Amino acid sequence: MEFSEHIKTANVEDVILRQPFRPSIKGTLCVTGHHLLFSDREEDSSWQLLLLLRNIDAIEKRITGSSGTITIKCKDLCVLHLDIPGMEQCLNIASSIEALSSFENIPEMYPFFHRPQDLSLEDTWGLSSTEEDFTHMQELYDRWRLSLVNSDFSICPSYPSAVIVPRSVDDETLVKAARFRQGGRFPVLCYYHSKNGMVIMRSSQPMTGANRKRCREDELLLQAVIDGSELGYIVDTRSSQQAQQARMTGGGFESKSCYSHWKRLHRHLERGKVLQESLIKLVEACGDQSHSMDRWLSKLENSKWLSHVHCTLSTAGLVAECVERDGHSVLVHGSDGTDTTLLVTTLAQLIVDPQSRTLRGFLRLLEKEWIQAGHPFQQRCAHSAYSHARLKQESPVFLLLLDCVWQLSRQFPLALEFNEMLLLRLAQEAYASDFGTFLCNCEQERCALGVKEKTHCLFQFLLRPSEREQFLNPLYEHTDLAIWPCVQPQSLHLWSGFFLRWTEHAQNMEEARQEIWTIVNQYREKAGVEETSQALSKHCEPLSVVENLMEELTVL
Amino acid sequence: MEHIRTPKVEQVKLQDRFSNKSITGTLYLTATHLIFVESNSTSAQEIWILHHHIASVEKLSLTTTGCPLVIQCRNFRVVHFVVPRERDCHDVYSSLLRLLRPVSYEELYAFSYNPKQNDEQREEGWQLIDLAAEFERMGVPCDQWQLTDVNREYKVCETYPRDLYVPITASKPIIVGSSKFRSKGRFPVLTYFYQEKKAAVCRCSQPLSGFSARCLEDEHMLQAISRANHNSRFVYVMDTRPKLNALANRAAGKGYENEDNYSNIRFQFVGIENIHVMRASLQKLLEVVGTRALSMTDYLQGLENSGWLRHIKAVVDAAIFLAKAVTVEGASVLVHCSDGWDRTAQVCSLGALLMDPYYRTIKGFMVLIEKDWISFGHKFADRCDQLDGDSKEVSPVFTQFLECVWQLTEQFPQAFEFSEWFLIQIHEHVHSCQFGNFLGNNQRQREELQIKERTYSLWAHLLSEKQNYLNPLYNPILAETNPVLEPSTQPCFFKFWRNMYHQFDRSMHPRQSILKHILTLTENNRELEKTAQTLKAKLQKLGVSTSPLGLYTPSRERALPPRPQSLILGAPLSRKEAQQDEEEEEAVFGEEAREDEPPGSDGERTVEGSSATENGYPELQGTFESKSEPAIVSLEFGVARMTC
Repeated sequence: MEFSEHIKTANVEDVILRQPFRPSIKGTLCVTGHHLLFSDREEDSSWQLLLLLRNIDAIEKRITGSSGTITIKCKDLCVLHLDIPGMEQCLNIASSIEALSSFENIPEMYPFFHRPQDLSLEDTWGLSSTEEDFTHMQELYDRWRLSLVNSDFSICPSYPSAVIVPRSVDDETLVKAARFRQGGRFPVLCYYHSKNGMVIMRSSQPMTGANRKRCREDELLLQAVIDGSELGYIVDTRSSQQAQQARMTGGGFESKSCYSHWKRLHRHLERGKVLQESLIKLVEACGDQSHSMDRWLSKLENSKWLSHVHCTLSTAGLVAECVERDGHSVLVHGSDGTDTTLLVTTLAQLIVDPQSRTLRGFLRLLEKEWIQAGHPFQQRCAHSAYSHARLKQESPVFLLLLDCVWQLSRQFPLALEFNEMLLLRLAQEAYASDFGTFLCNCEQERCALGVKEKTHCLFQFLLRPSEREQFLNPLYEHTDLAIWPCVQPQSLHLWSGFFLRWTEHAQNMEEARQEIWTIVNQYREKAGVEETSQALSKHCEPLSVVENLMEELTVL
Repeated sequence: MEHIRTPKVEQVKLQDRFSNKSITGTLYLTATHLIFVESNSTSAQEIWILHHHIASVEKLSLTTTGCPLVIQCRNFRVVHFVVPRERDCHDVYSSLLRLLRPVSYEELYAFSYNPKQNDEQREEGWQLIDLAAEFERMGVPCDQWQLTDVNREYKVCETYPRDLYVPITASKPIIVGSSKFRSKGRFPVLTYFYQEKKAAVCRCSQPLSGFSARCLEDEHMLQAISRANHNSRFVYVMDTRPKLNALANRAAGKGYENEDNYSNIRFQFVGIENIHVMRASLQKLLEVVGTRALSMTDYLQGLENSGWLRHIKAVVDAAIFLAKAVTVEGASVLVHCSDGWDRTAQVCSLGALLMDPYYRTIKGFMVLIEKDWISFGHKFADRCDQLDGDSKEVSPVFTQFLECVWQLTEQFPQAFEFSEWFLIQIHEHVHSCQFGNFLGNNQRQREELQIKERTYSLWAHLLSEKQNYLNPLYNPILAETNPVLEPSTQPCFFKFWRNMYHQFDRSMHPRQSILKHILTLTENNRELEKTAQTLKAKLQKLGVSTSPLGLYTPSRERALPPRPQSLILGAPLSRKEAQQDEEEEEAVFGEEAREDEPPGSDGERTVEGSSATENGYPELQGTFESKSEPAIVSLEFGVARMTC
């Protein structure tokens, strides 16, 4: 398909751009296959706006007389207005944007065309893989092994090619267990707690169905996880009623009689459409201009977003508690095992694992638990809060994760090595990106399309020395302890950095952040001076003896 | 002392109000404090509650473990004791009932409190804040405004201070006439002068206009105010009440200014509710946030239904209106409500805070409170229930003001020299009656009580601990370019002030505090600079040239400066408490974990089974706990320890 077919008017002069934080400016608007380009006509200032069309969630046009206004609402919640002279031009631009921004054909998306000079396609793609991780985890070797049973993605299309499973379970058992789990997502290891050897596993729901089917291999697999003796917990992210209902459609849950050493806990987390609608309502509430306190609080409550944050964090806390305090292994699953399951396992790891709180560790955690574990980004992040399109598979699960991570960072401002900027960047990149990282729904699709060969990797990019600095938390101090979030509603807040990002207020916060950096840097510099001075004072000591002698001499 | 029947009760349980945790200890009753000391010998937790802080004591019905006693404090501490013997409980209860209701000012703590200062130091403390100097700083007296001696003997208005500033053209007969037409004689006087535009902020009480009454002197007074400002042809008259309330007042012979009678005024209602509405609103808010296992939905609905944030926003909105009228339009504004000592004080002081960066400094903020609240007669004694009085007069008007300021500090993190800790300390002492500043209802009463001779000033005390109240992000340069703050009035920027209303609820607080950390860094910075300089000087003296020596890795072992022990500054206070924190949280998740399990099957998930020592917060503790002596007055202990 040719992009040019959709571009009826490529250039318009004398367009006025209005956007947050900047005075409105006049300039030239240009539509290309992937971008909306705007540059002012001043020779000396080279200010440009380069907006990825994929980032556009909705556009609205209003024609008044011979000119028109296009309102562009982006997936990162920014809203821009373009005043375009000429009705026809305005309509042309609007229809081009509409057509180009809703392309769903992955190989034609921008990451496949993004070729910056300082990046090479030869560079490493991704931070690590299950295989690589496993080679570094010797303590796992006597009970766990790497299985390549899914190397051609035939057992489970949404899993990566390699997974970690109990050593005592052979591949044949895995194949059979996979058939018993929805989408083939059989229980695999996602976190090993080296303090006490306990693990977090994840899977999808078992397909017990209405007539309570059993699967010997699945039971064996789980038995092998807890090594026969003790007890394990299954945290089901559905209510027990929902789990019961799932049996009618072939799904189900692990019954007590068949999995006697596992104890099921149900924690209802919202997913899918409900979550998407919650986001839409919240964004609508944030944009409300009525200035009425009651209206705001009732809309905030009505959106239920903070309730979702609350439930997610408490469930993650529960999982972390089982592993860290109670000393038991946990299996987490919902129905598909690709949404709320990942939400819970990721946050639980962040709470108990200091490694995952570093910048690199966190990105690796996301790569492992979201990209490689098959969260369907392409479907979930197709549209954001402004879109008028009919909802399909959209759901802001990843955004909810970032929000929860932000809540953690508020409660433990020294514990995370990365800062809010990183979370904001990730929120943006998940919906529209120059990079291939968030493309596709799973590893199988990525391999089929050659994503790793033909696009650049976001995580690698963010870790480059030139980028890295801006995502660091100046106050970071490593701690080996678990960070238990407080989940009382009074301690959870609206993520204003994201939801109110384009308001005046955000700038004050940015300035305050800068100030913190300055203070910390001053401290680091001066602390350096102090080291020097300590050394100097040592030098001074013998000298002062001489000095004293001299003084005495003078007196004499 | 004669009121104390049982000075000591042992084996008393203190229950956490949000979890099932409790600790056992001994309860002591002294003349000034209720003290709870944990029995655990290694690191006993102590709680000191000043009698003046206690708002209510409630004895609940007897249970199997003992007799529960619930004490609610004005600083939002809620303690829940269980006393084993009913008789002891009743003794404590009845003693407290008497102790927390002093009948005369002489019984208040301020008159017995002695911080070991001599008379000279005490006097110096009282001289720290000088309102005449403050008016001079504003540029008053000037060619349009003068000091009047009409109230020197408190003859015109009992509740105003002696020194008042009025327009030059307002003669004594006009003042006296006007005062007779104003409720409680509170005629229009200057409270803030915006030098740049020569615009004035004046305050008064409502006119006694009824349905049709007029007063020529009062009309002249307003005209004089208008004429004193050449920038604007009119004066704004802000009635901070809702229109309905003002209308109702007309039936009682009071009311508001009729625009037809007063030339050149623009009249405006603002709609801040009265003290009774505010009292009920705070009550509702505290009920909501005091609920155990509160759900997000109930929390947000409760927040909305309490109306508290709506009232806070109304006050801020009014202050913004005032600041805009003065700074943008250059118009003078006259503010009043009914008596001109509650809502008027809120709006005038908050408006001035928005306009003048000086009031955003520690010293300036004290001046502001001294001027608009203390000297102009906000009825602290009645509103804060200092003596056993009319409960209908009690209202959190000043608390609201402090919260409005906090909301602004949240919007402008770099505009204030002080941190929220400072606001909370002021709130603490407004109710503690430990210092003389807030005693009584007006200046005249304070003079009669000989406050300055017999008590100490809070301001001197706070200034001596200034380093604890600094906002490390404060940037005075910003105020030079943008002196006037323009806060957003969008409701999403008004938040629940957890650190005020949950000050003492351990489980509610973040475990690490940015504020404390940065404060420490800045202090270290200053110290390091000093050391470096002395050493450099020494070297120069010795004739040695400085050469850089090696690179440095920051060490955390350095002794940290003393910090007040407070939850809002994050981090557990001791290892013991760190563990307790752990267990509390355990309980939070633990409870949930058991919810949908059949009874009896929860035996496997024992709270005891987890090892709290292993995952306690030793490092956090090591980093944050200050080894030095705690500040004399700390929130944890409520008041000075040395006095007991």
